[in-house]
Amino acid sequence: MFKFWKKKPKPEETPVPATLATQTSLAEALSAAADNAQLSEIATLPEAGAVASAPAEFAAVEPAAPAAVEPVPAAVTPPPLPPLEEETPPAAETSAPARRSWRERLSGSAFARSLGTLFSRKPKLDEDLLEELETALITADVGISASTELVESLRKRLNRREFADADQLLAALRQALIALVQPIAQPLVMATQHKPFVVLMVGVNGVGKTTTIGKLARRYQQQGLDVMLAAGDTFRAAAVEQLKTWGERNRVPVVSQGSGSDAASVIFDALQSARSKNLDLLIADTAGRLHTQTGLMDELGKIRRVLGKIDAGAPHEVLLVIDGTTGQNAINQVRQFRAAIGVTGLVVTKLDGTAKGGVIFALAKEFGLPVRFVGLGESLDDLREFDATAFVDGLLPGAIGA
Amino acid sequence: MFESLSQRLSSTIERLRGRARLTEENIRESLREVRIALLEADVALPVVQALIERIKVRAVGQDVLKSLTPGQALVRVVRDEMTAVMGTVNTDLNLAAQPPAVVLMAGLQGAGKTTTTAKLARFLKERKKKKVMVVSCDVYRPAAIEQLRVLAEQVEVLFHPSSGEQDPVAIARSALDAAKKNFADVLLVDTAGRLHVDAAMMAEIKALHAALNPIETLFVVDAMTGQDAANTAKAFAEALPLSGVILTKTDGDARGGAALSVRYITGRPIKFIGAGEKTEALEPFHPDRLAQRILGMGDVLSLVEQVEQKVDQEKAQKLADKVMKGKRFDLNDMRDQLQQMVSMGGIGSLIDKLPSVNSLPEHVKAKANDKEVLRMVAIINSMTKKERRHPDLLNGSRKARVARGSGTQPADVNRLLKQYTQMEKMMSKLAGGGIKGLMRTMSNAMKGMGGGGFPGGGTMR
Ligand SMILES: Nc1nc2c(ncn2[C@@H]2O[C@H](COP(=O)(O)OP(=O)(O)OP(=O)(O)O)[C@@H](O)[C@H]2O)c(=O)[nH]1
Ligand SMILES: Nc1nc2c(ncn2[C@@H]2O[C@H](COP(=O)(O)OP(=O)(O)OP(=O)(O)O)[C@@H](O)[C@H]2O)c(=O)[nH]1
Ligand SMILES: [Mg+2]
Ligand SMILES: [Mg+2]
Repeated sequence: MFKFWKKKPKPEETPVPATLATQTSLAEALSAAADNAQLSEIATLPEAGAVASAPAEFAAVEPAAPAAVEPVPAAVTPPPLPPLEEETPPAAETSAPARRSWRERLSGSAFARSLGTLFSRKPKLDEDLLEELETALITADVGISASTELVESLRKRLNRREFADADQLLAALRQALIALVQPIAQPLVMATQHKPFVVLMVGVNGVGKTTTIGKLARRYQQQGLDVMLAAGDTFRAAAVEQLKTWGERNRVPVVSQGSGSDAASVIFDALQSARSKNLDLLIADTAGRLHTQTGLMDELGKIRRVLGKIDAGAPHEVLLVIDGTTGQNAINQVRQFRAAIGVTGLVVTKLDGTAKGGVIFALAKEFGLPVRFVGLGESLDDLREFDATAFVDGLLPGAIGA
Repeated sequence: MFESLSQRLSSTIERLRGRARLTEENIRESLREVRIALLEADVALPVVQALIERIKVRAVGQDVLKSLTPGQALVRVVRDEMTAVMGTVNTDLNLAAQPPAVVLMAGLQGAGKTTTTAKLARFLKERKKKKVMVVSCDVYRPAAIEQLRVLAEQVEVLFHPSSGEQDPVAIARSALDAAKKNFADVLLVDTAGRLHVDAAMMAEIKALHAALNPIETLFVVDAMTGQDAANTAKAFAEALPLSGVILTKTDGDARGGAALSVRYITGRPIKFIGAGEKTEALEPFHPDRLAQRILGMGDVLSLVEQVEQKVDQEKAQKLADKVMKGKRFDLNDMRDQLQQMVSMGGIGSLIDKLPSVNSLPEHVKAKANDKEVLRMVAIINSMTKKERRHPDLLNGSRKARVARGSGTQPADVNRLLKQYTQMEKMMSKLAGGGIKGLMRTMSNAMKGMGGGGFPGGGTMR
């Protein structure tokens, strides 16, 4: 059993009834695990079929006929079920409750609230409405330029008399938002030829890198992968102990050296060790660093160079962790980390509060980097693959959007 | 990237030219721009709206003729109002209580509570000569208690041990006892990060507050926070009688609009700002500077102060004396300056504070790193004493030798000498400005970096 540890009291947590899928035996789940990543990719392909890596275009937002945006009740069209969720042991939530919980957790948002009040007033289709909509987007941290473009495109359509009422206009906004983030909803796929597959976690201070590693270790271990962690934060007080605790909780080995040692050399050692043990996955922690600290950013390049001596492709995935409560500064963060180490995916944490993570829209537009996961809490299971529809619906008021 | 407010306003302000006074009509567009600028800086919308109202009231009817330009009149109103909202300068911690004076830290996850606890401990111990004890009531996050223990050891203050199996309120009570027994002047209580929507955790911190009766209850907030700062600040202020705010991670390039939101919504003063991970990186809060930063006017004032504080005063004085006596600025002096730049936290931290430099293209900024500076130092180190004092001696063969000695190319040596010449020219122009003037010259030089005016600038390739 896992070592006991304290979990913060969570009043809203209710046990999830086990579904048929979750009763799959652990052994079955583990044996199926090897193919999981690929399966999940196919299963979560957007209907449009295009998983573009290029930044989303706002032009795509305008469907030919307004009828196409007719709202459909959420229950009728559940999002594609991520197989990973189903095959985790009974403790984990299934994807349906996961979606509900997204909605639940995100629906208290300022964005949802302000849209809610907006539309319960039965507003007129006019300039004021658009302005309020823009305001609502801005308060969700969507950012000025993304918000303006979204509203501008709605304005054009409004002027062409495409909307009969406010509901239609909101449904169009929903479509637009989904179209914006759908292309970046790309799960992490681990090519099996890399042994171990190396994931490097980077990000500014306190965003949730170490915690996310704990969650990822859990996730992949449950898929039957042999996981190792590298304590590459050799700077912050007790960062190594923190990661070790996550290692113990998951019963995965943690490679570390003393505080103050060289981060690149710790991760190098870990990679060597993971190789010799023929492990599947190595996840390396790094110290939080502000993207403006040139010296520390250079250190990331050094980590890549050093790992390259063992495996030219390593790290195979560089996950930049973004705090969901961050405002427009997230854009600078992505820009700088991308320049320094070549980010391949994002994780957005702390979406269990009232922050909306609207900056994801701005990031999608500016960089088009895939969002691999979102963090919805501090416990091992509070990690979800990023689901564009669930994310947007979590922000929109239930009566109209979904 | 962000435009500064002044840039933003330039076009709408054009239209104000020639008007005798600011009216609601003629500043409408400009105020729209102000609104956008504030939102871009992550000031929360309700706060932006309130601010715009205040600005309007103050600006309308203002006589434009008295000021230089209508635009400047408006910008000044904007800045003044923001500064006013941001509160007074530099409020200290209140410790006027029967010892131990208890300080309770609260905030969201990862905001910087534990680090700030250590910074405050150090500040109170070193500057206020207090006997300080710290304790962690974070029984949830892995190694949270250990983190504070390590930091307490580093800053050499008393640490009251606790463990994950204990109840936070029980920990608080026993720490209070221990602080009394040890005659501590101050007890700093670190707590777990919590979401304001987590009812159970908010109840817990209320219980901690009740048990401790702290004289200061500080809300710690990350400078990078977006619009949500308004929601969180409101909820924390409703749950706890906050006495102050600490803004962390200001050493980055976030515009820090969250500070304005939190300050406005809680009505509590911002007491300190965190400007780095190290325990000494705690700075007093200057409302005017933050107002300028939010508006994109940079932080030149802070820079000047930072330079003044950290620079080796003795060497700087010597150099100032030397320059003022009309003696020549030589390569030894240049080396001192370069080394001080690095010891002040590196070029990166200086660049961030200067708006004009910050607007340089990324690839240029990226090149202006400390490595280059250290390389320049290496080149100077490879010269003889005589060469350093008389740079004119450096002919072709000497330059080749220096390049070999420092592992660089003769071209690098040439570039360094060119920068030296520029610096020397600047220094000789400087008359009677003392240390301050010298430092100002340095920061001006930083601004001109794009043109290669400053050491580091010219090495960009
Ligand atoms: N509510 C919530 N809290 C989170 C989430 N992810 C992480 N946290 C909390 O955020 C805080 C910081 O997390 P860490 O994992 O230590 O962050 P880090 O990026 O490793 O921090 P540094 O290494 O210090 O830069 C901790 O209190 C975590 O419990 C999340 O998804 N939701
Ligand atoms: N650059 C910078 N980093 C900071 C500053 N203050 C704190 N940090 C870093 O931010 C991260 C989180 O700081 P902590 O003190 O652990 O934050 P916390 O609020 O105690 O976090 P939890 O206890 O997990 O809620 C660490 O990596 C700190 O080193 C600051 O002013 N500047
Ligand atoms: Mg960490
Ligand atoms: Mg802490």
